[in-house]
Amino acid sequence: MATEELVRIDNLKKHFKISNGIFRKNTVVKAVDGLNFSVYKGETLGIVGESGCGKSTTGRLLMKLLEATEGKMYFEGEDVSTWDKQKLKARRRDFQMIFQDPYASLNPRMIVEDIIEEPLKTTDMSKEERKARVKQLLDDVGIPQDYRTRYPHEFSGGQRQRIGIARALALKPKFIVADEPVAALDVSIQAQIINLLVDLQEEYDFTYLFIAHDLSVVQYISDRVGVMYLGKMVELSESDDLYENPLHPYTQALLSSVPVPDIHHVKDRIPLEGEIPSPDNPPSGCPFHPRCPIAKQHCKEEVPSFREITEGHYVACHEVK
Amino acid sequence: MSEYIMEVNDLKTHFHTKTGVVKAVDGVNFKVKKGEILGIVGESGCGKSVTSQSIMRLVGSKSSEHVSGEVRYHGEDLLLKTEREMEKIRGKDISMVFQDPMTSLNPAYNVGTQIAEMPEIHEKKPKKAAWKRAVEMLTKVGIPSSEKRAHQYPHQYSGGMRQRGVIAMSLACDPDLIIADEPTTALDVTIQAQVLDLLRKLRDDTGTAIMMITHDLGVVAELCDRVAVMYAGKIVEEGTIEDIFDRPKHPYTKGLLNSVPRPGRRERLQPIEGQPPNLQNLPQGCRFQDRCPFVMDKCLAQQPELLPAESEQHTVACWLEEEGQPDGDRGTRKNRQPEEAL
Repeated sequence: MATEELVRIDNLKKHFKISNGIFRKNTVVKAVDGLNFSVYKGETLGIVGESGCGKSTTGRLLMKLLEATEGKMYFEGEDVSTWDKQKLKARRRDFQMIFQDPYASLNPRMIVEDIIEEPLKTTDMSKEERKARVKQLLDDVGIPQDYRTRYPHEFSGGQRQRIGIARALALKPKFIVADEPVAALDVSIQAQIINLLVDLQEEYDFTYLFIAHDLSVVQYISDRVGVMYLGKMVELSESDDLYENPLHPYTQALLSSVPVPDIHHVKDRIPLEGEIPSPDNPPSGCPFHPRCPIAKQHCKEEVPSFREITEGHYVACHEVK
Repeated sequence: MSEYIMEVNDLKTHFHTKTGVVKAVDGVNFKVKKGEILGIVGESGCGKSVTSQSIMRLVGSKSSEHVSGEVRYHGEDLLLKTEREMEKIRGKDISMVFQDPMTSLNPAYNVGTQIAEMPEIHEKKPKKAAWKRAVEMLTKVGIPSSEKRAHQYPHQYSGGMRQRGVIAMSLACDPDLIIADEPTTALDVTIQAQVLDLLRKLRDDTGTAIMMITHDLGVVAELCDRVAVMYAGKIVEEGTIEDIFDRPKHPYTKGLLNSVPRPGRRERLQPIEGQPPNLQNLPQGCRFQDRCPFVMDKCLAQQPELLPAESEQHTVACWLEEEGQPDGDRGTRKNRQPEEAL
């Protein structure tokens, strides 16, 4: 695996202020609270976590769809915050996004070929070149050429997702954030799209940040996986290593909760009591301590640091030695 | 009393729309044993939810909705009951748990009152006794400090707790069948695991049969005793979970199992190409023909029936059973564009 850094984020934070009315104090929701990681060229980095853990906010921050409250982000070594509007616009073609709901992200009044062609209009390609590129993209994502004059509503969910993928690929980006790209699809269609995403990466040679709540899917598609909990990353490691040797108690519980379609699969369920606390009032110390089966006194007081335990395997837990 | 509490025979639910007849459920047969957990698994549009709604007579009242066949509950056909008779059965003998707990709970009443309503109406219990029962039920489903929680409103509960509340409500009158329609789909995995554990424990403690409708094969493997796999309005395979997961016979069942990524495995997924047929315009013959890697001439002409395969309890609707199984797990079919049929 290449080890050249494509994206690096440094203590990235996003806090949302929520107004509770005129007379009450505003609360601050710490959706993302101090993230540090790198995405290497050509890899797929998976981000997994339950609802409200901040995984989608992370994706949006990396796409510059949201402005970070604090922290730095580097793209190919350049500090993104120093980019002005023009520079950002020029660089946007290098990072693209695939959304969960392809219907909501496709303009219902545009036909498919126009949807895919639209990003190409920002380049100096000629009309013929653009048409040829659209044709190529349709082939790449497996949409028959006869369908190019149809509207999004004429397609099934899986096909709409293919169109969304074609649009994201149009400018040959270097970095793609895929936010729950298969969550809305049926299993048999989901497998088609996963295979397509894998094949396209080989063909186009880009880097994925793959965000999903489904641990089996994330683990299947990713080279490395980061597990998030309440706005923080609690564990990051190579995908197989994470499955075989999860270190953080939350990762262990999460893995043991995933229903596996195999009746001979033996596992010791680690039951988690209670539910995820609200991110506007996160627990002190380690955010996981109220639900953690091995929590000690110091877990309530000190925030654990995110440290490397074995090579490439990072954990934020006091109890992991 | 027979071993089966429910027998569904040739159930058909057709919707007459402006553009044609939608055959959502088209000749479904199955039985539910006392105290068992039967999984009904299938993808969107296969008719699994409409099946459960037809059983409960939640569809069929409008002139555009045509339900036929038999739903024998302890020998009596539910499809012949009057609406008033059905009201006595719903919630008391058969209850339902839906996907989204917020839509099953009334936001204007506290949770305890809504649960207490069940024994009050069905068992004519006095208010105090009914409230006591409600609190008891909340404790049973694992809601902490249930006495206090019973006075709270649905919005004060978290998602997982709301679903527990709905399950408590469905249990309040000791039904002998609970129909759970994707009860954990809206929940996070760790909460889903809690709810699945709860359902299993309730079945073990009370002997209530559960019909679990889901799209998630993992949930089936974890919870169910028997499974029926549905495709385009029909059951294509039925058996114990060992039959379905260890010895799947129908190409669709095999395809589904091959489509799911499993933790710790990296081999390429083998999706089922194409997509389910339009329920308004079903092909003659087997409904899986367009996507089946083993399709034969016979499949195009005639619909296979659900017949016993290896054993009496393991039934399959596939012509391959007659012709003998092909070699290997999957045949090859060349020159197929993904999702060719629109």
